Amino acid sequence: MSLLVEARGVTKHFPLGRGKTVHAVDDVSLSIAAREIVGLVGESGSGKSTFGKALVGLHDKTAGEVYLEGERLPQRYTAADFRHYAQRMQMIFQDPYSSLNPRMTVGEIVGEGLRLGGGASDAQQRAAVADWLERVGLAAGYAGRYPHELSGGQRQRVGIARALILEPTFVVCDEPISALDVSVQAQIVRLLGELKESLGLTLLFIAHDLSMVRYVSDRMAVMYLGSLVELGGADDVYFRPMHPYTKTLVASNPEPDPRSERERATIPITGEIPSPINIRAGCRFATRCPEVMDICRTVTPELRTVAAGDERHVACHLFESGGLASPAPTALPTEVVDR
Amino acid sequence: MIVANDAPVLDVSDLCVEFDTHGGVVQAVRGVSFSVRPGKTLAIVGESGCGKSVSVQSIMGLTPMPPGRITRGAARLDGVDIVRQKIVNGEDVRGNRIGMIFQDPMSALNPTMRVGDQIAETLQVHRGMSKRDAFARAVEVLALVNIPDADARARQFPFAFSGGMLQRAMIAMAIACEPAVLIADEPTTALDVTIQAQLLELLEGLQRKNGMAIVLITHDLGVVARVADDVAVMYAGEIVESGTVDDVFYRAAHPYTLGLKAAMPSRETSKSVGLMPIEGAPPDLFRPPAGCGYAERCPHAMLVCGPHRPQRVEVDPGHHAMCWLHHEDAPRGTDAVYRGGRA
Repeated sequence: MSLLVEARGVTKHFPLGRGKTVHAVDDVSLSIAAREIVGLVGESGSGKSTFGKALVGLHDKTAGEVYLEGERLPQRYTAADFRHYAQRMQMIFQDPYSSLNPRMTVGEIVGEGLRLGGGASDAQQRAAVADWLERVGLAAGYAGRYPHELSGGQRQRVGIARALILEPTFVVCDEPISALDVSVQAQIVRLLGELKESLGLTLLFIAHDLSMVRYVSDRMAVMYLGSLVELGGADDVYFRPMHPYTKTLVASNPEPDPRSERERATIPITGEIPSPINIRAGCRFATRCPEVMDICRTVTPELRTVAAGDERHVACHLFESGGLASPAPTALPTEVVDR
Repeated sequence: MIVANDAPVLDVSDLCVEFDTHGGVVQAVRGVSFSVRPGKTLAIVGESGCGKSVSVQSIMGLTPMPPGRITRGAARLDGVDIVRQKIVNGEDVRGNRIGMIFQDPMSALNPTMRVGDQIAETLQVHRGMSKRDAFARAVEVLALVNIPDADARARQFPFAFSGGMLQRAMIAMAIACEPAVLIADEPTTALDVTIQAQLLELLEGLQRKNGMAIVLITHDLGVVARVADDVAVMYAGEIVESGTVDDVFYRAAHPYTLGLKAAMPSRETSKSVGLMPIEGAPPDLFRPPAGCGYAERCPHAMLVCGPHRPQRVEVDPGHHAMCWLHHEDAPRGTDAVYRGGRA
């Protein structure tokens, strides 16, 4: 499998003035192979959406590079860049209500990419729109309707048709199903899966629903407060989490199975995700981590390969020095002296 | 569903709610019955528009009437119908004997009032406490829902609280009068899973402590599996299946319940099995179908399902399903739905 998208040290800070900076995404590196689905999970405020938007150029990058099929993408996109790269990279948004222009018909929304790209006649555009509306499970007759006439699931199908009509190779799906009902979620997931197979798409699937991400993805990446803390095979990460944060996340995720829920141990985690403003050195999870050590508060752990096979990466001091989990004693010399 | 000596604290029977709209009359709730026992949690599950929120809001008097209208049915709290009678023994039961928490705490709390004062207000109104005593009690309740530094927090405004803390503050307000029943309408839907887990644990802890009954409205089957004792599944304004949590998850007897479960990934779901979406959309409640509301989407639909409303059948003691497949003349198959309850 060849590499399709490569993010190297992508960083996005939002200055707030008065010396304050929001560290939305800090030094995230992620490679995505062609035809792979990588799931990206994390709580709200973890920077997963910002990272997705930075990949496709909707945010300028503060630092770091993104490569698409070996080609370095611009740091800051111009209008011409968007037109150029829109043919290859697209995004599907979370909110099917606010992401469609209420004053455009479905046909105009879906066909806009073709119209802006030029090269297609009106008749060709209309035919392509009708074809895509059919492919996403809406009748061609929907082209004349307005978004307010559609249900949430139907709107999300319009968003998918709009993103895919240019036949991109890479699509960032930013919480594409979070706003939908359970039965409709499955419809959209199935549709994305079918389109992925027929078009050979590569997807970054951003969501906070761990069960769905495990089901959809080949690999799973976990973000916390702007940094990537764990990366590995989706089932591996879900069933055998290594980073204490991933463990917490999986342990908090209720499964639709009363028997296993009754046996589930209570969750040790307390507190909430801290503020992303002016983050200091050290592990970002240290304030809530049940396994925190002294080193965690001062030294930022790097994402390292643990376990054999080069597949599993964890950013945690527990797994340093060769990959074996050896909970180091917390007693550092200073403490010994103090006692 | 109820053992004789375990009387329900809240018993809703045959509730029907309609709304007048520009497009005509919407029959949002069409004959809903459920009950909840002290110290137990009943989860009402269903998708958007199925009437789950409207049924509890109308009991609480929170649906604007008009345009809303309760056309039939009763909701008995300790035997007294609170749909007809709002004042019991000189007290308004709502906010007192029944507390309620909502999905969005920011819109349920007054942004211009200190959090402690808002909680104290409930106690002043329902308990006739003095402002000073009520505020002191508000601080106690905030501490009870694990808000650190409750004394200082009580003097802050809602904007100074994080989402999870606001949700706790709202719970504090709802339980301040020690209600017999707590209605929780999608209380964790807007929250992250770690915060959701903390809140569910808090609710369970409070329930163990004071024995209140909880009615939990949710669309998340994971949350149901985690906290519910009994489950009612709603579709198109009706309860299509009800029973204990194990009945509904392991011996589901209605095709919609089975459809919901198959549409959701669980630990066992693998890529080779795949999710099974429920095709189509719920019926239009301006013109509700004469027969079964699910017939149009149901893979097991028979000729009878379109024109005739199915009866509520007790497939197992305490386990009910509204489905023609459980009629004695229905065909027998090997599908899970036929096995449901009939093992």
